[in-house]
Amino acid sequence: MKEIIEIKDLHRTFRVGSEDVHALDGITFTIYEGEFVSIMGTSGSGKSTLLNILGCLDTPTSGEYIINGISVNLLNKNQLSTLRNRQIGFVFQNYNLLARTTALDNVQLPLMYNHEVSAKERRERAVAALEAVKLADRMNHMPNQLSGGQQQRVAIARALVNDPVIILADEATGNLDTRTSYEIMTLFQDLHSKGKTIAFVTHEPDIATFTTRTIKLRDGHVVLDEKIDQQSAAVALAEYEKNIQNTAI
Amino acid sequence: MNILNLVKIAITALLRNKGRSFLTMLGIIIGIASVIMMVSLGRSSTQNVRGEFSSMGSNMIMIMPARQMRGGVNMGNSSSKSLDMKDLKSLENNTKYVAHVSPTVGSSAQLVFGANNHPGSLTGVAPCYIDIRKYEMAEGIMFTEEHLKRYAKVCVIGQTVVENLFTNGEDPVGQTIRCGSVPMKVIGVLASKGGNGMGQDQDDIVLVPYTTIQTRFASANGRTSFNMLFASATREEDSELAATEITYILRSNHGIKEGQEDDFDIRTQEEILTAMSSVTKVLTMLLTAIAAISLIVGGIGIMNIMYVTVTERTKEIGLRMAIGAKSKDVLLQFLSESVILSLIGGLIGIIFGVLLSYVLLSLVLHWPMVISQGAIGISFLVCAATGVFFGWYPAKKAANLDPIVALRYE
Repeated sequence: MKEIIEIKDLHRTFRVGSEDVHALDGITFTIYEGEFVSIMGTSGSGKSTLLNILGCLDTPTSGEYIINGISVNLLNKNQLSTLRNRQIGFVFQNYNLLARTTALDNVQLPLMYNHEVSAKERRERAVAALEAVKLADRMNHMPNQLSGGQQQRVAIARALVNDPVIILADEATGNLDTRTSYEIMTLFQDLHSKGKTIAFVTHEPDIATFTTRTIKLRDGHVVLDEKIDQQSAAVALAEYEKNIQNTAI
Repeated sequence: MNILNLVKIAITALLRNKGRSFLTMLGIIIGIASVIMMVSLGRSSTQNVRGEFSSMGSNMIMIMPARQMRGGVNMGNSSSKSLDMKDLKSLENNTKYVAHVSPTVGSSAQLVFGANNHPGSLTGVAPCYIDIRKYEMAEGIMFTEEHLKRYAKVCVIGQTVVENLFTNGEDPVGQTIRCGSVPMKVIGVLASKGGNGMGQDQDDIVLVPYTTIQTRFASANGRTSFNMLFASATREEDSELAATEITYILRSNHGIKEGQEDDFDIRTQEEILTAMSSVTKVLTMLLTAIAAISLIVGGIGIMNIMYVTVTERTKEIGLRMAIGAKSKDVLLQFLSESVILSLIGGLIGIIFGVLLSYVLLSLVLHWPMVISQGAIGISFLVCAATGVFFGWYPAKKAANLDPIVALRYE
């Protein structure tokens, strides 16, 4: 299997006042193509720092990070921007859609920063991405005309549109209710089954059960890295709905 | 990110805050409109003065006696008797760049015709005077050298004199009017010229052969010197050459040694024009400077709003950077916003400036309508420069944001 992400003895140190804080203190793991990894940890465990480095928004203090065969340590700011633009799809907790901009234009945004994509191709790919998240009928809606779940699906379409090697999701269900969370996880599982590689940062254990592997961080160290039995989010959703109905009766 | 996309994004962003964008532009609009108005006003007034001056003859040269000092007392110009017949003859015969020379000898007398009378200023001149001063004959003829020789009692009168003396619509040509005690025959009427640049009525004039004035009018009786000499250069461009030539001849005529001052003054029309328009020029510059200050204030308005915009859209900037926007892309995005803001403001300002200039110049002042294309072009460039200059720092601030911090900004 192809390695998408290789991390070797990764350190990230912040200087706070006169003290060095080791947010990441020697982390090593590899994510292979087609994996659906959940990265877990409490706040302060270093998972946000790790995500920033995985997303090429931040560079490690020491250690090696290779994404799709490219060593990130050697890149400058502009090269990192291009790398993010071509290799990574971001999904944020608070969706981060541009206000007063249609779903279609929001999805097109990453391709606007890619000279190789023509306006025509940009549109076609955005439409295809919106179809993949089953929002083709809401293309011309503004974010404020969409529900939270729909907004997150637009954000996922935006993460898909540049055909990244990995999708990084940061607490992507954090702002959603249980039912919508299951729907979003169903979508992620659907994408995973089509071969997408996904790293999903969460602090909710039941969300982590929908992935294929869990990496648990504590105080900047990996304390657990194991393959797990993937639960079906679609089944969970169906059970949840049944329970709701039962309660209603 | 190509230019078209940049412009599209910038316009979309500006349209999101229509009211704010307009108020920001207002500073630029007022600045540019006032600069254009001031420049138009200045140019128009210069052209106005120039137009009135050229009605006096643009290649005209005035030669007048210099002031004389007698025992430390300034006696004024007219006290001098330095310009005489000899000067006239040598200027007529020995010059290359002087086309015509005419002396002037002034006298005043009450003009009487029938029951009407009018205070007249009689000007004794040579026949070529009307060529120098660009007078046209409306009726009759100008007197000739023959009249000069005979000290003929003939005159040519201006329209103001006609209006005041011939109130019953008589034909002035052929009539005899009394100038003081001297009866004079009107042989011609000058076409109207209106006022000159200094507010004198150029039509309130009685032209008489200068010999007649010198011999027949008491106030100038026995006088052989002239009040002034009027000359015209062969061409407008030769005015300076002609003036040099005249200076040379007059100095040698008057026996002025090297190092001594002239006992006469020479003014070309160009000099007078320059002197007069320098006032307007300074005033125009001053007003334009004030207008330019308002443009700078407008620019600061843009800068202020761009700072607000950058802060307000920190999250958007963070997102754009996370999905692949380079610092340069962000810089250009905000820069193009401020440039578009100031260019649209400038465009509206130019339209307003031209409209207001038109209203002021054509409808209120009745001056020539001069719209300086140069001023419009420069205004446009200044707008673009204002946009870049005042947009640069806010845009740079946006471009330097750390995407991690910007994404978490609340």
